[in-house]
Amino acid sequence: MLKIENLHASVEDKAILKGINLEVKAGEVHAIMGPNGAGKSTMASVIAGSESYEMTEGTIELEGVDLTELAPEERAHQGVFLSFQYPVEIPGVSVTNFIKTAINENRKAKGLEDMPAKDLLKKIREKSALLEIDRKFLSRSLNEGFSGGEKKRNEIFQMAMLAPKLAILDETDSGLDIDALRIVASGVNKLKSKDNAVIIITHYQRLLEHIKPDFVHVLYDGKIVKSGDASLALELEEKGYDWIKELA
Amino acid sequence: MSKYTEDDLREELKTKEYEYGFYTDIESETFEKGLNEEVVRAISKKKNEPQWMTDWRLEAFRVWKQMEEPDWANVNYQKPNFQEIAYYSAPKPKKKLDSLDEVDPDLLETFKKLGISLEEQKRLANVAVDIVIDSVSVATTFKKTLGEKGIIFMPISEAIQEHPELVRKYLGSVVPTTDNFYAALNSAVFSDGSFCYIPKGVRCPMELSTYFRINEGGTGQFERTLVVADKGSYVSYLEGCTAPARDENQLHAAVVELIALDDSEIKYSTVQNWYPGDAEGNGGVFNFVTKRALCETNAKVSWTQVETGSAITWKYPSCILKGNNSVGEFYSIAVTNNYQQADTGTKMIHLGKNTKSTIISKGISAGKSQNSYRGLVHIGARAENARNFSQCDSLLMGNECGAHTFPYIEVKNSSAQIEHEATTSKIGEEQLFYCNQRGIDTEKAIALIVNGFSKEVLNKLPMEFAVEAQKLLEISLEGSVG
Repeated sequence: MLKIENLHASVEDKAILKGINLEVKAGEVHAIMGPNGAGKSTMASVIAGSESYEMTEGTIELEGVDLTELAPEERAHQGVFLSFQYPVEIPGVSVTNFIKTAINENRKAKGLEDMPAKDLLKKIREKSALLEIDRKFLSRSLNEGFSGGEKKRNEIFQMAMLAPKLAILDETDSGLDIDALRIVASGVNKLKSKDNAVIIITHYQRLLEHIKPDFVHVLYDGKIVKSGDASLALELEEKGYDWIKELA
Repeated sequence: MSKYTEDDLREELKTKEYEYGFYTDIESETFEKGLNEEVVRAISKKKNEPQWMTDWRLEAFRVWKQMEEPDWANVNYQKPNFQEIAYYSAPKPKKKLDSLDEVDPDLLETFKKLGISLEEQKRLANVAVDIVIDSVSVATTFKKTLGEKGIIFMPISEAIQEHPELVRKYLGSVVPTTDNFYAALNSAVFSDGSFCYIPKGVRCPMELSTYFRINEGGTGQFERTLVVADKGSYVSYLEGCTAPARDENQLHAAVVELIALDDSEIKYSTVQNWYPGDAEGNGGVFNFVTKRALCETNAKVSWTQVETGSAITWKYPSCILKGNNSVGEFYSIAVTNNYQQADTGTKMIHLGKNTKSTIISKGISAGKSQNSYRGLVHIGARAENARNFSQCDSLLMGNECGAHTFPYIEVKNSSAQIEHEATTSKIGEEQLFYCNQRGIDTEKAIALIVNGFSKEVLNKLPMEFAVEAQKLLEISLEGSVG
């Protein structure tokens, strides 16, 4: 599904990603771990097409489509979803209005008509139940005054609504209490299928206890320095990241 | 229509009417350029006005001659030469087109985005419409409904003939001829406008726009509106049109007077979309408007405005809260893009006891535009327990535009409670990227953010108007982020 080759990216001439290779197949869950400043969030942003970074080398393909030259919204239309570490506030725009706009813009890109209100309502009911979101929440301004947990739950709600091929969860566990973590993780597990893929970016092992990864990669200084199965996450939890630095 | 320079404007002003050979008697239909007492008399005569009206105009003209054009607003422009304008011309005979194929495609594209029906597109673009009979009958139905309730709604020129006692009593009672330079000019030369009277205890059963839109095409250069709500009555009046108004007149100086008698309520909503000039700042309408309401005991007036057009906007819809317990509200969205300049706001003059006012102003600036809020809250010495709440929010797009807030507060009674809140924010890269990541392109994202920002005011508009106003905001800001 996702194929990243020799990805280099920099910000203001400072190299952050220094040659990443990663292949994610449909139905797989990959975890990207690593110490602060390793380039984990940069990698997520670059895949999503953020213009804050300059991609200097390499290719990113999703199901054979070269994403490199595509605008962020076009990548979204191809099925890329990023759950933000710090979702932004948009005052006056309700959660419902926002997701309705997003869904219809994605449909428009595919040459489809707007989703009928009845279908949209049904879908919203279904997905908000999945994430234990109540009706009142949906009428609030997007992320305005949301707690950390509410913000993350809202991200996963949007993911559920948009049903992307590739979901990248950037530090989704940060700011979540135990209950919220359980709800979010169970939501992601229910949304997982053989046709989509998930990349979980996380600092800790915590979320991975709930969403079991097929592969774990360790990112350090802009490169993947070690890959393994779920047990690698446990090893990192136990030993910390210092030993990894020596691998680089 | 991309280039429409001042020279083009001037040229059109010079040559109007002749080119279509519509008028046989040119002398009597179009006046020479320039303004003097004779011109004022001639306008009055042309309209067959009674002597009191002629005298009223002449008095206004005499006052105007002594006045100087104000320059305190935060706008820069070349002052119009008032002797270079022709002050009377019969409604412009626009060339009738046979089908929409002949209409400027840009204009059609805009209509489409606004979601204007095909029939209405034809009407607005001056295409001969087959269903004219239909709309006439619709208009007649409205007229009948209004007539049954005793509501008077007609061009002010007709009202001067048919209801002179009402017009004479109220015209100039809120905005006197001496009020300001543009109001004096308007009083001397106003061509036409609307008059509306709601009798005692009557609730006007419809938004007065529907009628307006069907009944009236373009509006004049010096428009005069007078709305009188008698005791205990209610009316919602919509002015303007969301369709792009391609008016050739460069200077617009309208006056609107609202009189809300005891226990009455007037809601006055405006969408202003005059030609703003091109992207380089050439051309565009100068919009110098005086709008004011008088509120008697327990009366309430709400001004709601969405201002997206004009090169220069100078406009302060105000309320004189004369009666005890009267309420004034001002909800405004002002959008400026490219080289547009807007200096707009309100004046809330609290004179009566327990008077209340609310001001919500949303300014959105893009391009190289300048957007100013200017507002006065005055609490008179006898206005016990007066209250005001003001909120002025500015949204900036890009680094080359400006947002300014000039609040003036005068309090002469210590029991007054006044609150003022102001915020300035900028549409950030992060907000845009977030929307983009969800599949929403930048243009649409801006529209979403701007609509969210403006929501409190948009909600005050009547439903049908609000939908069009939202789309209008979108169109006005197109191309504002490169």
